[in-house]
Amino acid sequence: MDMTKRTPISEQDPKVRATNFDEVCLGYTEEEAVAEAQRCLNCKKPLCVGGCPVSIDIPAFIAEVKERNFEKAYQIISESSALPAVCGRVCPQETQCEGKCVRGLKGEAVAIGKLERFVADWARKNGIKPHSDTPKNGHKVAVIGSGPAGLTCAGDLARMGYDVTIFEALHKAGGVLVYGIPEFRLPKDDVVLPEVENVKALGVKIETNVIIGKSVTIDELLEEEGFEAVFVGSGAGLPRFMGIPGEQANGVFSANEYLTRNNLMKSFKDYDTPIVRGKKVVVVGGGNVAMDAARTALRLGAEVHIVYRRGEAELPARAEEVHHAKEEGIIFDLLQNPVEILTDDKGWVRGIRIIKMELGEPDESGRRSPVEVPGSEYEIECDTVIMSLGTSPNPLISATTDGLEVNRRGCIVAKEENGRTSKKGVYAGGDAVTGAATVILAMGAGKTAAQGINDYFKG
Amino acid sequence: MYKIVRKEALAENIFLMDVEAPWVARACLPGQFVIAKIDEEGERIPLTICDYDRTKNTVTIVVQTIGASTMRMDTLKEAEGFADFVGPLGQPSDLCLEENLEETKKKNIVFIAGGLGTAPVYPQVKWLHEHGVEATVIMGSRTKDLLFYIDEMKAVAKEVYVTTDDGTYGFHGMGTDQLKALYAEGKTYDHCVAIGPMIMMKFVCLLTKELGIHTIVSMNPIMVDGTGMCGACRLIVDGKVKFACVDGPEFDGHLVDFDLAMARMAQYKTDEGRKKLAFEEGDTHHGGCGNCA
Repeated sequence: MDMTKRTPISEQDPKVRATNFDEVCLGYTEEEAVAEAQRCLNCKKPLCVGGCPVSIDIPAFIAEVKERNFEKAYQIISESSALPAVCGRVCPQETQCEGKCVRGLKGEAVAIGKLERFVADWARKNGIKPHSDTPKNGHKVAVIGSGPAGLTCAGDLARMGYDVTIFEALHKAGGVLVYGIPEFRLPKDDVVLPEVENVKALGVKIETNVIIGKSVTIDELLEEEGFEAVFVGSGAGLPRFMGIPGEQANGVFSANEYLTRNNLMKSFKDYDTPIVRGKKVVVVGGGNVAMDAARTALRLGAEVHIVYRRGEAELPARAEEVHHAKEEGIIFDLLQNPVEILTDDKGWVRGIRIIKMELGEPDESGRRSPVEVPGSEYEIECDTVIMSLGTSPNPLISATTDGLEVNRRGCIVAKEENGRTSKKGVYAGGDAVTGAATVILAMGAGKTAAQGINDYFKG
Repeated sequence: MYKIVRKEALAENIFLMDVEAPWVARACLPGQFVIAKIDEEGERIPLTICDYDRTKNTVTIVVQTIGASTMRMDTLKEAEGFADFVGPLGQPSDLCLEENLEETKKKNIVFIAGGLGTAPVYPQVKWLHEHGVEATVIMGSRTKDLLFYIDEMKAVAKEVYVTTDDGTYGFHGMGTDQLKALYAEGKTYDHCVAIGPMIMMKFVCLLTKELGIHTIVSMNPIMVDGTGMCGACRLIVDGKVKFACVDGPEFDGHLVDFDLAMARMAQYKTDEGRKKLAFEEGDTHHGGCGNCA
């Protein structure tokens, strides 16, 4: 066996999966997982752990996989992460744990993400649940939002003995894991729901259909509902549009709307909520959400183009998502940017006018900023345009909470080391603080804030 | 489950429900709306709050069966309930805020309700009445069988004018015709609230602009989450993009781009039509409607 190469993993054939919503990656078998675990060098100073936002003891769990002690491996991961089956699927491992792996210097890094996924899936199939025997301490904490930040913070607080209630605005718990990330990347009933149930098994209560700032305010939670501390993990739900002509035409959607219809409301399963099935779809943007929207449109039967203003190297999406999208037949129109959406006389999209771009000097993000090439405009015919330009935090909470400071981008200001906000007893983390980022960074922030809240109670 | 404690037929295809929803009942104000979902497969349907009882923890909604989901809603009976019922959503009506009461008292207010618009108009008129402000109400529908809440409205309004397009009840004509007639009699108003189908609100706004009456409309575009997340409900108001769910639903009617809003309403028409037919005709539907594949 060539130890510089990772154990291959099975995936659904691209031609087949382009027509269904089943999961793309099929996961390791026990044999494959044990073989891949053998590649871990069990470094004395494991760099991978430093690359993990929730500091999972990676070499320790992999050592248990080597010995086929899968349950032990699961309990080791569970000590640090409430959502291992999710993280094993959606973390950008190449820039985190696997990016630091010593194996990666002279070959391929250990497939840490795939091993994490294997362990979590094995535990679920074998009915193993995380457990906590900490006695309850009687302190009530409210967690706002049941996405990755909220679930992590709630799970950690419950493990420390707190009486935790999560308030969720939508009708289903999971946040972006249920409305945003598609089924083919993250199965809802088989993966997300059981992990949410695991958090509940730690004693966390989840109340759906409660919109903080509308149904009840943070001030009311603290003053009237008996909560002593609050964690805000309400995410970044507000979609951005470009502000170009034609953007209000029928057939132009935010990626949020398109994905929510399909993922949360399950349009693809023929539930009551409709979705427009375009024939030719243009997705504007290059992040994970753009890939998700594009691959969803493809599965609903469309020819799909991704229009992104920078180049391939600058695509913010995970490498695996770009790779999968290409395999499935998504067409990448890179270094191009829409200037106008063209409409027919009934107000429907009939095309999009695009200008070519070239890369100039690096901007404040460190990426080379795109500059328009004069006179390079052309038109693509299409019937649907999906805007995937990022999202910002919903102002609902900041606007209804006395003394909660936000920055000029509308993000809640919170201390990085403990999640503390400008308001006493109120902590925050995840996309609500950083703006749209990743599942695992939100989980890291949820974890830090749980510790911060614990310190707050300990005085 | 959010239990239906009362269900009542109000008119042809229009029914009322009192739904147990403590969080909503405690916090809601006139002008706001809820989103209701029947079951796992149901759509999230935005419905304006028509009344509320804070002691009984109930919220009243009025529904007209227009699509597959609202027809399914009509199959629910008392003691059954909704899987999901969330709110209150949107901004409360400016007219019905305690802090604006002094200003509101100075105004001569006319409400124009079209069709189902009577439902959201009612709590506003009632709130004003309870706070010592008496308003005029013009409420109309296509025909007599679609009218509801006439007595309830009379109990809280200064005067109520009922109109039908076909003359089967009350004034023969539309709300706009009635308003013109009142002006011809020498009456004047300085604040108008128009709620009803978009086409009706558009024509009210054209008239009130001419008459110089400041006019508020309540927009009811397509929505999914109702919390500002999807952008499906976006409108152009005064040249700017607004989300009806969080910035509205009430806007200055003279600044709303109604033609765009109406075009956007057509977005899922064919799809909806297909689902409605499938529901109405069930297994007996064998094609030929031109809508099904």
